[in-house]
Amino acid sequence: MATAAVAVDPKVFKPEVPPDWCPGCGDFGVLNGMFQACAALGLEPAQVLVVSGIGCSSNLPGFFRSYGVHSLHGRALPFATGAKLANTSMTVIATGGDGDGYGIGLNHFIQAMRRNIDVTYIVMNNEIYGLTTGQVSPTSETGMKTKTTPLGNLEGMLNPLALAMASGCGFVARGFSGQPKHLTELYKQGIEHKGFALIDVFSPCVTFNKVNTYPWFRERVYKVEETDHDPTDFHAAMDRALEWDERIPIGLVYRNPDPRPSIDSLDTALQGEALVRQGYTIAPETRRDLIHEFM
Amino acid sequence: MALCSRRPEGAARVLLRAIAREKVNMSQPELIVGVGGAAGDGVASAGNTLVLSLARQGIAAYSYNSYQSVIRGGHSWLRLRFSADKPLGVGDQVDAVIALNQDTLDRHMQELQPGGLVLYNGARLSPSYDPPPGVQLCALPVPELCPASKRLPVMQNTVAVGALMQLMGLDISGLESVLQSTFAKKPAVVQSNIEAAQAGYDYAAANFTPPATQLEATDQKWAQASGNHLFAMGAALAGCKFYVAYPMSPATHILEWFATHAERLNICVRQVEDEISVINMAIGAGHMGVRSMCATSGGGFALMTEAIGMAGIIETPVVAINVMRAGPSTGVPTKTEQADLNQAFGASQGDFQRVIIAPLSMTDCFNTPHEAFNVAERYQIPVIILSDLLMSEGSETVDPALLDVEFPIDRGEVVTAPNGSDEPYLRYKNTPSGISPRALPGTPDHLYVSGTDEHDEDGVLISDVYTDPVRRKKMVDKRVRKFETVTRYLPAPELDGPADADVTLLGWGSTWGTLVEAAEHLRQAGISTNHLQIKFLVPLHVEEISAILGRSRRTIIVENNQSGQFARHLRAETGIVADGHIRKYDGEPFEPKHIVAGVKDVLAGAEVVDVLSSESGWRTDHPTGTSGPWQGLRVGEESKTFA
Repeated sequence: MATAAVAVDPKVFKPEVPPDWCPGCGDFGVLNGMFQACAALGLEPAQVLVVSGIGCSSNLPGFFRSYGVHSLHGRALPFATGAKLANTSMTVIATGGDGDGYGIGLNHFIQAMRRNIDVTYIVMNNEIYGLTTGQVSPTSETGMKTKTTPLGNLEGMLNPLALAMASGCGFVARGFSGQPKHLTELYKQGIEHKGFALIDVFSPCVTFNKVNTYPWFRERVYKVEETDHDPTDFHAAMDRALEWDERIPIGLVYRNPDPRPSIDSLDTALQGEALVRQGYTIAPETRRDLIHEFM
Repeated sequence: MALCSRRPEGAARVLLRAIAREKVNMSQPELIVGVGGAAGDGVASAGNTLVLSLARQGIAAYSYNSYQSVIRGGHSWLRLRFSADKPLGVGDQVDAVIALNQDTLDRHMQELQPGGLVLYNGARLSPSYDPPPGVQLCALPVPELCPASKRLPVMQNTVAVGALMQLMGLDISGLESVLQSTFAKKPAVVQSNIEAAQAGYDYAAANFTPPATQLEATDQKWAQASGNHLFAMGAALAGCKFYVAYPMSPATHILEWFATHAERLNICVRQVEDEISVINMAIGAGHMGVRSMCATSGGGFALMTEAIGMAGIIETPVVAINVMRAGPSTGVPTKTEQADLNQAFGASQGDFQRVIIAPLSMTDCFNTPHEAFNVAERYQIPVIILSDLLMSEGSETVDPALLDVEFPIDRGEVVTAPNGSDEPYLRYKNTPSGISPRALPGTPDHLYVSGTDEHDEDGVLISDVYTDPVRRKKMVDKRVRKFETVTRYLPAPELDGPADADVTLLGWGSTWGTLVEAAEHLRQAGISTNHLQIKFLVPLHVEEISAILGRSRRTIIVENNQSGQFARHLRAETGIVADGHIRKYDGEPFEPKHIVAGVKDVLAGAEVVDVLSSESGWRTDHPTGTSGPWQGLRVGEESKTFA
């Protein structure tokens, strides 16, 4: 999808406040890709709302120059959904980590995809709880030793891509913060996708995850765009989503060729002006009709 | 920067008086009707038909349905109080019973006073015991009067309603017009129902004796609605553009009203996965600048509490209604209580500002959302409305003129125009009032991030710095300072009745109507009584309340809970310790007789009087504790405690 808007300088999205992530954190690449993608799409900072939950990665709105909300742990998607419904003219991007989105916020993640709200969800997946200094996450591999699984993780690992596809998400992608240009392309497509778009990003935690490191990912990831993968083939896409061994796919894994309309495009109240610009007044005749229903 | 700000001059005060205007005298004749049956027998629709028919003939009504959490079966007992003067509660007794099944006839016939009557289908039901003295048995030969009832048993309800209209002294025109509008799309059904009603009416005229009390039609036209429907309509007229909820009794009818009217009124209405999502969506929408509301009951509200604190620290206006039911936990989902006050006080961690409002009547449910939105937007705070099952699911007639109003809208200081100044915009500017002009996201040149972490005036987090006690304290103080003027913005409660009375009845929220009536009964019994009802619970009008209660000879607090949650609040805020307490936590609402008896007990030395609805018809006494058929007669046993 091409955009009519003219690309702007990525610096317009860069605030004075520098990120306070650990040096080498994967989240720098995630943030940088957002500068590039929003600039390439010609977005206005005042027309973008970035909503996050809580966690290292959820500090991102503070390091991105737009309107932003740093909400509650796990609740970025409900907040972003309410915000998008209230003002459909804004580009709404939700960001957070794997604990935030796939742990405490998992129900909202599934429901948001089922609901198909036009929000782009960027998950910085480092397979560990970083801000709380290294506990097991829903995406930690089975057997992984962490502070709270000293004998190894007994639980299975959540597969966000397969879950997203099963939940009706029409745009399912995975990036790697070590591949910034590729990541930027995924963001651009995700933001332009009319409906919920998931971009799960491998964003290594250099401090607390000594297993899933940059070299670990570099050895394994490959771009589905460089294969004969057809992202519009649901079954082929599900096969890719389930791949997790010596080779791990990144890229646009699934795009529904016939996507369901997004909830914000269906809701009868949102067909004209954005809600926030609609007047408050109800015509006296309508008011009297409402009273008459009680008589 | 450009500001648009409009402060309605005393708007809230004006509307509170509108409720007082409804406080009519209690001199007109009244009749209290009980309609009982199993769920599925059509109790609610028979009651609704009766109320609408009378309302169209100028008779006001108050209704309360005591029901079980079952879809079919069980027992449902709807009480309807009718008078040309608007009734403020369900009253103390029953004058006429429509029994739709044997269980109802057995349970409730014994509650009737001399002069009372009971209507039932004589072909299906017969009394299991002799009626109390002076009670008239009105057996209707329904199959003869309405042959269609053999196919459609629910037609018996129309026959009974027709008969009752006759016995009340009214003509059948109101009933006919209601049947016509109810079945407008099915002319054949209209005709058969009108015939059934007429047959019942004529049979009653020929065979039964009308009660001594007769109602007279008036020219007043009444609307009839539940507190929940009035909340919804009141919110819509106050500019609510976003409503989100998860179904939970007894708040669900608000969601259903919004869903039904969403398209016509252009309101975004969503049912979502849980109350956590509900409140976060509502705050998300409120943050963007729309008037946003949600409602639930105590269990759902518990899930919302973390986000209530978020609205506090990011200073986003949002309105959340908690329709209280008997708790804790699942509690008694179909029964009423006022026991979530502590939960509302304590919703979310930390110190922050919230307003808690408890409307006083169904009609007041209509006014309250606009007050809540105005104060939420002006002060950029969360507002909690505490209703209860009695008020939300009960219904009353309302003068339609009181609903035909244009609410004044106060959005507070909202920045909508581009920043014309060189000064950077500070979303959380430390102003003398504590209120920081709010730029809505999307407005050019006012970019900011709202963080649930502590933040500085510009929104930048200060939570991650080594330590910054000065800025942390400054920001807490800024938010607290907003509250210095809220009590002046909200109308103070006023004392009703003589200032030098012996007894001051003090209640909050939905007990208003019952206390007004109880005070009148006490005065008639020679106990001089006045009455103070609190609507704005947080912040409390400490100065005004202290002045009033400082002059009170004996303050008695009435509340529908076990522990006296309001009494503790009053003591904490004012240091005032009440002289007596009347409490009820059996699931049923107060009736005036409970208050009268309780006051007498307090005057005789009791400190806390626990009231129990002990009419035998209310009891189940099922061995398993589940609801089943009524287990037998209990005439005389415990049934006259409050007579």
